Amino acid sequence: MKVKASPEAAEKVITEGLVEVGADPAAINRDASFESLDVDSLDLVEIAQIVEDEFGVELVGDDVQNLKTVGDVIDLVVAKSA
Amino acid sequence: MSRLEAAAGTVTPAPAAEAAPMAVPGPGPQRTGGALVTGASAGIGAAIARRLAAAGWPVGVHFRNGAEGAAATVAEIEAGGGRAVALGADLDEPDAADRLLTELEAEFGPVLVLVNNAGRRADDLAPRIGDDRWDSVIETNLSAPFRLTRRALGPMLRARFGRIVNIASIVGPQANPGQANYAASKAGLIGMTRTVAAEVARRGITVNAVAPGFVETSLTADIATEPFLERIPARRAGTPDEIAACVDFLVSEGAAYVTGTTLTVDGGLTA
Repeated sequence: MKVKASPEAAEKVITEGLVEVGADPAAINRDASFESLDVDSLDLVEIAQIVEDEFGVELVGDDVQNLKTVGDVIDLVVAKSA
Repeated sequence: MSRLEAAAGTVTPAPAAEAAPMAVPGPGPQRTGGALVTGASAGIGAAIARRLAAAGWPVGVHFRNGAEGAAATVAEIEAGGGRAVALGADLDEPDAADRLLTELEAEFGPVLVLVNNAGRRADDLAPRIGDDRWDSVIETNLSAPFRLTRRALGPMLRARFGRIVNIASIVGPQANPGQANYAASKAGLIGMTRTVAAEVARRGITVNAVAPGFVETSLTADIATEPFLERIPARRAGTPDEIAACVDFLVSEGAAYVTGTTLTVDGGLTA
C-alpha cells in the first residue's frame, strides 16, 4: 500500500533520497538547485525510483525535464499524488 | 627494485595489497534479490538459468510459448536445491516488462540480474523482408530488452548493484546475408549495451553483451551445420552451457569492473 504524498511526507522522502545520493544535508532546502547540490541526472533517476517506491508516483519523461530545485520535485510529487 | 633484481628473483616481493574478501556466490547475505532470464524454457536461456541458480541466485525462468520447458527448467533447479519460478509473458507487449518484473519482485525482491536472452529470427534477403518480419525481430530482440532494462534499472540503482547481460550475436557486428533484420537488432543491442553501461557504471551496475557464434539450439536447428562447422576454427558448434558459463562470469563479483563490453563466444569464427 503506497502512502499519499503530503507536502511534509514528500519533503522528508526526497530529502532522505538526496542524502542517499550524496547531497550535503545542510545544503538541502526547497530553493536549493540540483546543480548547487551536485545532484546529476542519474541521481534524479534514483530519486524518482525512491518516490515511486514510496508513493507510487512515476516521474518520467517531460515531468522531470524542467525540474531545477528541490521544491520543484516536492511540488510535482504532491501534485501527481493528489 | 631494479629490473635485474626482479628478474633474478632476489628481492622479496612486496606484500600484496589487502585482498577483497572472497565473494559470496549469488546475491550474498548483504543483498536480497533475484535474477530474470528471458527465453529460458530451452537452449541457451535454460542453461543460463541453471547456472545462475547454481551460483545462488533465485531465478525467474521466463517463457513465451514453452511452458513445459520452463517448468522442466524450474524443476531441475529446485531438484538441485535452488529457487526458481516460471513466468509466462509475450515481451512484445509494451506492458509485459513491467508486469514480469513486478511479479518477480513479489517472489524474490528486486531483480538485480537481468539476462535478455529471448530472441527470434525471421530470415530472408532484404528485398523480401516485409515490415511485419522486420518489426517483429526488432521488437523481440531490441525493443523488449530495452523495456526490461529501463524497468530493471531503478531498483538496481537503489541497490547500488546490478548485472545486465544481453545475449547478442556475432551477426550484427559481422554480416550474414539473409539476416538484415536480425543483424540490425543484435547490432542495436550491442550499441544499447555500451551506452547504458556508461550511464550507470558509477552505481555498481554492469551491462555487457555476450555474442555467441553457432550454437546448437532450437533456433539453429533448421540450419545445415556442415558448411558452418568447416568455417569454425574449433570445428564444432558451441553448446548452450558454454554460453551460460560466460554469462555466469559476467554476473559474478569477479566481473565487477567489466562493463560495456561484448564477449564473443564463437570457437574462433570471427577471430
